[in-house]
Amino acid sequence: MAPPTTSRPVRLLVALGVIIIGLVTWAFWPGTDSSVKLGLDLQGGTQVILQPQPVVEGTSVTEEQLEQTVTIIRQRVDGLGVAEAEVTTQGSGDGAVIVVSVPGVNQDRVVDLVQRTALLDFRPVWGVYSPVPDQAAAALASAVASASAQDAASPSASPSPSPSASASPDPRGSASPSPSPSPSPSASAEAAPLIQAVDNTPEFQAQIAALDCTLPENYTGGRPDDPSQWLGTCERDGAAKYNLEPAFIQGTNVTNANAVLPQNGLGWVVSLEFDSEGARALSEASTRLTGLPECGAIGANPCNAFAIVLDGVVVSAPRFNEPILGGQAQIEGNFTADEARDLANVLKYGALPVTLEPVDITTVSATVGSEQLRAGVIAGLLGLLLVCIYLVLYYRALGFVAVFSLVIAAGITYLTFVVLSKSIGLTLTLAGVAGAIVAIGITADSFIVYFERIRDEIREGRSLRVACDTGWIRARRTLLAADFVSLLAAVVLYLLSVGSVRGFAFVLGLTTIIDVLVAFLFSHPLTVLIGRTSWMQRGSKWTGLDPDRLGGHTLVGSPTTATATRRRRATSEESS
Amino acid sequence: MSGLRGLGHRLYAGEVSYDYIGRRKTWYILSGIILLVAIAAVLIRGLNFGIEFRGGAEFSVPNATCSVEQARGVADDLTGAQSIVTETASGTVRVQTEAVTPAQSVEISRALADTCGVSTDDITVQVVGPTWGAEISKKALQGLIVFIILVAIFLSIYFEWRMAAAALVALVHDLVITIGIYALTGLQVTPATVIGLLTILGYSLYDTVVVFDKVKENTRGIAGQSVMTYGEAANLAVNQTIVRSINTSIVALLPVLAIIIVGAGFLGAGTLLDLAVALAIGMAAGTYSSIFIATTFLVQLKERQPEMKSLASRVHARRKQSKAAAQSAATGPASADAGVEAASAAGPTAAVRRSDPSVRQQPRKQPRSRRGKN
Repeated sequence: MAPPTTSRPVRLLVALGVIIIGLVTWAFWPGTDSSVKLGLDLQGGTQVILQPQPVVEGTSVTEEQLEQTVTIIRQRVDGLGVAEAEVTTQGSGDGAVIVVSVPGVNQDRVVDLVQRTALLDFRPVWGVYSPVPDQAAAALASAVASASAQDAASPSASPSPSPSASASPDPRGSASPSPSPSPSPSASAEAAPLIQAVDNTPEFQAQIAALDCTLPENYTGGRPDDPSQWLGTCERDGAAKYNLEPAFIQGTNVTNANAVLPQNGLGWVVSLEFDSEGARALSEASTRLTGLPECGAIGANPCNAFAIVLDGVVVSAPRFNEPILGGQAQIEGNFTADEARDLANVLKYGALPVTLEPVDITTVSATVGSEQLRAGVIAGLLGLLLVCIYLVLYYRALGFVAVFSLVIAAGITYLTFVVLSKSIGLTLTLAGVAGAIVAIGITADSFIVYFERIRDEIREGRSLRVACDTGWIRARRTLLAADFVSLLAAVVLYLLSVGSVRGFAFVLGLTTIIDVLVAFLFSHPLTVLIGRTSWMQRGSKWTGLDPDRLGGHTLVGSPTTATATRRRRATSEESS
Repeated sequence: MSGLRGLGHRLYAGEVSYDYIGRRKTWYILSGIILLVAIAAVLIRGLNFGIEFRGGAEFSVPNATCSVEQARGVADDLTGAQSIVTETASGTVRVQTEAVTPAQSVEISRALADTCGVSTDDITVQVVGPTWGAEISKKALQGLIVFIILVAIFLSIYFEWRMAAAALVALVHDLVITIGIYALTGLQVTPATVIGLLTILGYSLYDTVVVFDKVKENTRGIAGQSVMTYGEAANLAVNQTIVRSINTSIVALLPVLAIIIVGAGFLGAGTLLDLAVALAIGMAAGTYSSIFIATTFLVQLKERQPEMKSLASRVHARRKQSKAAAQSAATGPASADAGVEAASAAGPTAAVRRSDPSVRQQPRKQPRSRRGKN
């Protein structure tokens, strides 16, 4: 173990300087937001933790379902128009939860939003068109053809067996006197409002004709429609475009929906049950629609179909085979088991492929949030101050190295928060603040371990200059081992936990890494540099390394040396 | 302060030495009693779980103009059950109810806002489903088990399995004591408490790793000599690191203390305060166990090894010999238990054998030049 007098402290300090400059540049790059994103407990707002449960018992929630659910909820939350609203998943597999955070918004709105089963309604189909924007009436024929080519889109097991004699088109559709010519888009503040109108006016139809259903923003859901108005919208996969009458049944009227394989059946069907109100509406609508002409009649109720509309887009447009009077219906089609189950889930739960149970709803008022932030910051600064005072009192000059190191570590931690807020959307929560405060002590301990090692070396009779290096070599091992354990704890906690524990673990892990960085690139090189000054070499009692006080210079044969020697003997006997 | 520093030197040198290892029975009995009390407290009194674990709702109404009774009336009417209502020093009325539906919670917070003359926006609400607590507890436990397995592997590789076992014994010791104090005092267990416990876990191991690293250094190649037993070397390590242990504990506790001061002064009970209390208890236990429990337990495990047994008997034989040889020296080593004190007292004999090559290489100019002065 030759003393590494070759260490190059200045280089290490320069390396740290480069890192800090890099962080500062990244954090405060002009034109970007250079603040730490605060969690809801620090700025006020509502956080809802939702536990997804599989719809079918005994199965588990797949990643795909989870993603879909998050997407749907995100669309709804974005509809609130709150900046920085977040929908994320935490954990994985069966333990995964969805965390919805909406700053500055009261509990009721958020809970309502995420709890709401998507707005589901059943509307008679007035017209089916090709998905592309199309003014020419001639194109309508092909539109119908393309739409009926879609098995899943308009599932119909058998052609309507009993077309009623009444060939009159829908009265509201044909006899439209257009009393309100201006189409009134829904009140929602979204960028792409749904095409809705009180009546089936020419303007409304023209708007539908201009609608481009090949664009994702037009066939993605998340825009609840007004069931009392006409609706022009797209098929869920963008395969067709519909003009739909006002809803005759709403999702709340559906009491049950299941995918079933009938005993004599040719494929899966979706069976539906309605409450009494829904049953009545269904019997009326089905009676009326089955009385209409069959497919091919362009412009008015083709295919006797109705559309299942979910959050503003058509999920499926099946045809009525016969009037349904009992409040129980079956949707037939060439469904696979999966397709039937999906449709049944949509009908039962809305768009979400899983059921969501809000397991934790927290609303923090903005006042309490800012107060908690203030308390956290004050506690942090006070803690830092107390630690600094103690270190300076005990370690004197070396204590200042520790204080500078702590300040540098605190600075780097802050910069890293800013950078991570920017890059990966890290939010700082109260638990995170607590983690950072606790980390002050753990970071300071690195210096204590190092300084005590230096003192040990001086006690063993080494010069300060050498002690700074040999002490470091021994302290380094201890530091790395101890910090590795801390990091391990942080990583395991982060991966396996949810909620506040996770935020805490993240900050603890981060500060552990910063601790190592600062110890290697700042505390050690600075100590070495200071150790080379003649003032420190003289060992004044203000250096904290006063050899006389430490007892480094003792007579051979004194108890001190004896013990040290004995210890070394043990070491040397091993090596020989 | 300087007194402590002087002490630091004497401890390091083994001049002043406390025989931690030899008094292992005392520590074991002490810890055993504390652990029994802790376990009994958990079993008999149980833990006071916060709503995050048992499910329920909590409404904090700041600057409330209503009385505790009024608030209780509102909550009881709407839930049809007993609510717990408290008022903090800062004038915040806190209402805890059984598990409620989200719709109910909205209703309750509106009613409380009306009664207490504040806006609903100012009310802090937390509603926790009854299954959620079980879920987080399960996750915390899973995390704990995974962590313990990983850390046992790491420590076994970095040190040896005996040190891993001793470190984990100390860890369990600290956790049980902390949980026991929660049971005894009836402090509420919240997720912040769990965070605190998990930090203790990391901290306790961190502390033990530092002490064990010194033990490892002191005992390197110990089987090849016959001057000191494993227990003595380990005891020296504890004495040498005790100043660090004390400093570390003070430095770790200072920020926690700051949280407690600020938390109590500003916020009343809250996440930070819950956390800080758990930390303060656990850190104290952690420092105690890394000094008194981890190392003693390790020595016990080590001294069962055949080579350590033979080392001990060699050391004893040698001491008898040297005692006989140097009859004039009144202070021959008496027993293994008195190890270090005795060994230091026997210093002059030992100091003559300076055989470490690395020591000779050292530029010992400065010490030598001063040696005459002393």
